[in-house]
Amino acid sequence: MIVLFYNRKTKNRLSTAWMYVAITLVILLPFMLGIGLYFKSSLLFVDNSLGDLLFSKVWKPSQGKFGFFPFIMGSLWVTVIAMLISAPICIFAALSITQYSKKFYLRIIHPVIDILAGIPSVVYGVWGILVVVPFISNVIAPVFGAKTMGYSILAGAIVLSVMIIPFILNILIEIFNTIPIELTEASLSVGATKWQTIKFVLVKKAVPGIMAAIGFGFARAFGETMAVLMVVGNMVQIPKNVFEAGYPLPALIANNYGEMLSIPHYDAALMFAAFILFVVVMFFNALMRMLIVRYDKY
Amino acid sequence: MLKKVEEIFFRGLMLLSNLIILFVLGLIIYSIFKKGLSSLSWEMLSQRPHGGYYYGKEGGVLNAIMGSLYLSVGATFMATIIGVPVALFMNVYLVKQKRVLNFIRYLLDLIWGVPSIVYGAFGFSLMIFLGIKTSLLAGIITVTLFILPIMIRACDEILKTSPMGLLETALSLGSTKTETSFRVVLMQSFSGIVTAILLSFGRAIGDAASVLFTAGYTDSIPTSLSEPAATLPLSIFFQLSSPVPEVQNRAYASAAILTIIILIISVSSRALSKKYHKNRI
Repeated sequence: MIVLFYNRKTKNRLSTAWMYVAITLVILLPFMLGIGLYFKSSLLFVDNSLGDLLFSKVWKPSQGKFGFFPFIMGSLWVTVIAMLISAPICIFAALSITQYSKKFYLRIIHPVIDILAGIPSVVYGVWGILVVVPFISNVIAPVFGAKTMGYSILAGAIVLSVMIIPFILNILIEIFNTIPIELTEASLSVGATKWQTIKFVLVKKAVPGIMAAIGFGFARAFGETMAVLMVVGNMVQIPKNVFEAGYPLPALIANNYGEMLSIPHYDAALMFAAFILFVVVMFFNALMRMLIVRYDKY
Repeated sequence: MLKKVEEIFFRGLMLLSNLIILFVLGLIIYSIFKKGLSSLSWEMLSQRPHGGYYYGKEGGVLNAIMGSLYLSVGATFMATIIGVPVALFMNVYLVKQKRVLNFIRYLLDLIWGVPSIVYGAFGFSLMIFLGIKTSLLAGIITVTLFILPIMIRACDEILKTSPMGLLETALSLGSTKTETSFRVVLMQSFSGIVTAILLSFGRAIGDAASVLFTAGYTDSIPTSLSEPAATLPLSIFFQLSSPVPEVQNRAYASAAILTIIILIISVSSRALSKKYHKNRI
């Protein structure tokens, strides 16, 4: 009996077969996502051209008019501002963590980054409602003479910028750590100061990596849903300044799934929004991956 | 002189960036707990919503806590039985085929960044395609797809560092590739793998966008895979949109519960990964 069960070859064959099945599934996953979403949104192309869908400002689902421009602009506003806030913070923090920090500080900052990365999107949203939104309506907006409830592009951008800090920071730390130590040592030994070494050797060498980290962050931020949705105001309009409400693409999908099936072609429109997100994110990731390929060679 | 000033200036900026990061985390934890812990009670943790719960009457979010646990345990289990073999396959079977390996890693990197709402939309289409209703099962399938790339990438990252010599020794002593994978390579990195699984579990329990379309929402605790399930992130989201202050306060309390769960996962995975680093060859 034991011999029957303990047939090593059978075991090996079974587990190898399962591994092949599993890895096939994983390799097919991106194609399944892309083809599935495209197929589901293809109904939309019957009545609308791609240009119309992407650049028309008219969003009237009940009349069959689906212009995604306000949503694309909403997404771009929130994401770009979030990147402007978090990119410098991440670059400086990564430099200090990799170049200047003592051991004991690393023991504090690494868990901090881990915890920031682990906090769920919804909790960031709650924090946004509790802290960021009132702060904008009571403090920041009056300074600029704007009147707002606080639910605005800026609120979305601030919450988003905090969310992507751990993500970008981790990539940057890894990139700075792959720069060979011989390079910086050579620079130091010929008399350059620490800061000169960082500026002319380390950062210069890491430029593609820094760009890639920011690009990955952009792709990540572009698809972030719940936290942004909770603070951004969700009004279908093209924002003119950061204190106005916006309506990013992910929020569009998340907010309207309920009535998705009641209006014709509405489900196709939401799937198309998901398809746009998918394409943008994949494209950015592919591009940025190319930028940092050279780091693997070190 | 000017160079000194420049360095001091930039070191100031570095210090500031670090302070911002520390301050923001402190602020998040402080504001969530300050607002949430005051309305957190045993009742919230131990009871389902009663009638009129969403108008401020009594009840708790046990349905969402249990729903979230079922969903993320299920999804993590599925992702583990698919993901860990894939990572082992990459590092034992394919270890010599660098091109294939790089292609798979490239694909994983690409889908790793796909936002959860896209998986949600895809899961919804898949659900209609398979003819199942919004249910625990549909939620588990969607979340599994969502955390699968994360899990494989994390496991791969750990298995990659296991020494070639180990693999070669095991094979040369006559072990099959399966035995080498599961008895030697996996065991060597076991606590690292557990860390990766915990990380994926944290992702699964915290994500709302992927289950929004697929898991549904209910006030009862699901008893089978075909019933809908409430989840903690969604219950926070729905309670917050209520105009009743008591219900909103419960949303903050639920957010505190979710944060505590995530903190526990984070701390234990950190402790584990320390152990992993200690046991490494």
